[in-house]
Amino acid sequence: MRARNRELFGLVPAALLLTAGFAAVFIQESGKLSNVSLVYGAVFLGLCLAGHIFIRITLPHADPYIFPLVAVLACFGLVMIYRIAGATEARQQAQWFVLGLFLFAGTVMFFRDYRKLENYRYLIVIGSIVFMVLPRVPGLESATQTQTYGAYLEIHVGSVTFQPTEFAKIGLVIFLASYLRDHRQALAEGRKIFGYRVPPLKHLGPVLLLWGVAMLILVFLHDIGSSLMFYGGLLSIVYVATQRVSFVVIGLVAFGVGAWYLGTHIPHIDSRVQAWLYPFKPSLYNAQSGSSYQIANGLFSQAQGGLFGQGFGQALLTVPGTHDAYVPLSDTDMIYAVITDELGLFGAAALLLIYLLLVARGFKAAMLARDSFSKLMATGLSAILAIQVFVIVGGVTRVIPFTGVTLPFVSYGGSSIMANFILVALLLLVSDRARRPTTT
Amino acid sequence: MNRAIVRLFAVMMLLFVVLVAFTSRWTVFSATALQDNPLNKLQTYASWKVKRGKIIAEDGVVLAKSVPASGGIWNRKYPQGSLFAQTIGYSDEQQGSSAGMEQFFGQQLSGHKSALASVFGSFGGAAVGDDLYSTLDSKAQALARKLLDKPGACGPNPTPCTGAVVAIVPQTGAVRVMYSNPTYDDNDPNKYGRDSDCEPNPFDNGCLVNLALAGRFPPGSTFKLVTTAAALDSGKYTPDSTFSGDSPVTISGRPLQNDSNHSYGEVTLTQALTDSINTVYAPLGLSLGSNLMLEYMRRFGFYSTPPLQYPANEMSASGELDEQTQKLVKPPGPCTSYYNCVDLGRMSIGQDKLAVTPLQMAMVVATVADRGKLMEPRLATKVVDAEGQVVESFPPVEDDQVMKPKIAAELQAMMRDVVEEGTGQSANLEGYQIAGKTGTASTAVTKDGQPLDDAWFVGFPIHDPDIAVAVMLENIPEGYGGTYAAPIAAQMIKTLQAEDR
Repeated sequence: MRARNRELFGLVPAALLLTAGFAAVFIQESGKLSNVSLVYGAVFLGLCLAGHIFIRITLPHADPYIFPLVAVLACFGLVMIYRIAGATEARQQAQWFVLGLFLFAGTVMFFRDYRKLENYRYLIVIGSIVFMVLPRVPGLESATQTQTYGAYLEIHVGSVTFQPTEFAKIGLVIFLASYLRDHRQALAEGRKIFGYRVPPLKHLGPVLLLWGVAMLILVFLHDIGSSLMFYGGLLSIVYVATQRVSFVVIGLVAFGVGAWYLGTHIPHIDSRVQAWLYPFKPSLYNAQSGSSYQIANGLFSQAQGGLFGQGFGQALLTVPGTHDAYVPLSDTDMIYAVITDELGLFGAAALLLIYLLLVARGFKAAMLARDSFSKLMATGLSAILAIQVFVIVGGVTRVIPFTGVTLPFVSYGGSSIMANFILVALLLLVSDRARRPTTT
Repeated sequence: MNRAIVRLFAVMMLLFVVLVAFTSRWTVFSATALQDNPLNKLQTYASWKVKRGKIIAEDGVVLAKSVPASGGIWNRKYPQGSLFAQTIGYSDEQQGSSAGMEQFFGQQLSGHKSALASVFGSFGGAAVGDDLYSTLDSKAQALARKLLDKPGACGPNPTPCTGAVVAIVPQTGAVRVMYSNPTYDDNDPNKYGRDSDCEPNPFDNGCLVNLALAGRFPPGSTFKLVTTAAALDSGKYTPDSTFSGDSPVTISGRPLQNDSNHSYGEVTLTQALTDSINTVYAPLGLSLGSNLMLEYMRRFGFYSTPPLQYPANEMSASGELDEQTQKLVKPPGPCTSYYNCVDLGRMSIGQDKLAVTPLQMAMVVATVADRGKLMEPRLATKVVDAEGQVVESFPPVEDDQVMKPKIAAELQAMMRDVVEEGTGQSANLEGYQIAGKTGTASTAVTKDGQPLDDAWFVGFPIHDPDIAVAVMLENIPEGYGGTYAAPIAAQMIKTLQAEDR
């Protein structure tokens, strides 16, 4: 079967998931049943089909599994958001999806030869860092709340909320892939001092810069999760480029020391760590600020799920008789807890498997790519996606301190959807070029 | 570079395995511990969404129901309020507190019992609980309250009586009336931490305590029924056995008198009960001995928590009470101190350290009325689910054959004499052959030196013994059981029997 037909068939599971999911929510909450909601579902499927046709025309050789996997995730996310937050937010999420598809198409059209991105790499890296610290620029801070639960991750322009870190992660990957394409040889070899290979300092500079960026995120944005996501993604590129485990070890130690120092000196990060270590301490659970209420309730919700979950619509989201959230931010940061509650261990593991498949296809594209820049960029993009999933799911499941990054394509939120569509567009571009039959 | 990419992918896979492992930890391996964590309120929240079943009186009156509140939760309403509060108790899901029948039948009322049978029963049970059918009679209960609240019912002071009324069907153990003063409004139980909010006002006792079940009072001469049952059923005496009724006698080294120090000369046991002669009964108890008295007390239910469908911590067992340790002492007692020494003679006339609940005395009189057979007291008959199916039923249960039926018949005749000719004449209603026993126990002395008594009456209609009543009124100046408790008991019997006809 030809690649594009495989992709088309790959959309069938997404369609089934969407239909079954909406039907399940309808049955659970018969009050919500309306033709309008069904129309949203149909429109959403239509959009997936349009995306497929666009790829069929513009990227005929690209990996046939990436887009269907994304569609499955997005459809699943739409059903969950519809169930958690209702029709209005689901419609908004669908609108973000449309915008995301346009950005996807725009990226594919504009960067057909994505290697020209390399020419702008310094512009991109500076732009990304500036972009990231925007939430600390006076006037752009959120009007209602200067911090998103203590971390600075959002800017407000008019009525639109925007998470710049989602976009910055792509820019940093592009920069590093491009930089290491030129310098990886020098980095990998270096000079031998006391039997140990030390890369020349001038080449190491930009790598040290990465560490600086990660620490910057901690200091300015107060967000250990985003910091870990960036750093992990970028370290992945360094490892693949140099194939030197020592870089990774040194990098992780440096990050650990820096994060420990800053974590103990920045109250917000410290309280996140305390809530992670002692979520069931009553004084922390009931604390006014820096409370472990969210993380502990997330764990209680997961405990309800068991192997198979309570079923769609069964998780308790608000304290009965009030509008107080039982699991705060259940449609964004905590969505994994709700998924586990309602679909159980098997449902949650299936979701993680879909992410892993998507990451695997991303790495596959990297392996097939013929030039170093493409390889490194595809590696970095796939790795950062995987680490983002690890950071948020790990936070919800108490593997690491909880921080507010989104679950790609599933969490509610425009920035996340749009940025990740750009990411997927770049992966497909790499893949299309790599799998294009060479004309002799 | 491809080999490095493969290795990197292996690392990512490892990270995902960690995620799945931790998810399994919370969903499966530690799930029970998480659900039992005191901070986990999910089960409580789920119970808020359950529409608890109704509690329905025997005459169909609704005693407790759930009404919808905003946000999909339910509020518990008690249409009869303070009339049934002591017995029904309350259930406050939001506070997570409950009492009385609401607590004892919590599983049934919140539907857990029927949810267990269902494969699809998700946590928190069914959304609708089962209805509980009670043995209580709302009209008779209202009469009990009216009689206790009537000005002058307990002496010259026009304040309402402190006390309790219990009425049991002797043959089935069904509790038809259980009312005690002071009471409270179970629609708002939290407010009754303050005594000033007790009903009726004012009362200086905590009013959340159901005096009928948890209150312990000296039973006075009503306890002579137990002594008589032991004397007759053991075969040592008959109703015609004769005794000296002279006053005073020396018991445990101290003189004991009859009321007004009256000497009766030679009397039969029937006469001794009729006139409630202390100087007969105290030596009688001594001659029966500790073991025999204890045996019969146990048969009647003393020294154990009543087998009633009610939270055990809201009931008291009856018996000799060590005031220091608040523990029961069995005759003859260890007698290591003044407080745990049993004065068997005085115990046999209902004095000494006897501390008895109104329910216990109702059980004693019901046993006599039911030809010597004690039935377990019951507050509920059945549990019915939303579809009208009986989920659970509570048939009558025999507790013990306390005495031979023939002995019970002799005791019944003696008790009829009490009402016809003796201390209980104010219970002698025309058309109702009431048999009974009075009790008067001096309890306290007011600041002005006025002695106070607990007034008791226990009785039943001998011609048609389908109801047995115990009335206890606390702290009345010169509070003779025959003067204050007997008329109330007679009114209760009359009304309960009229309802049945």
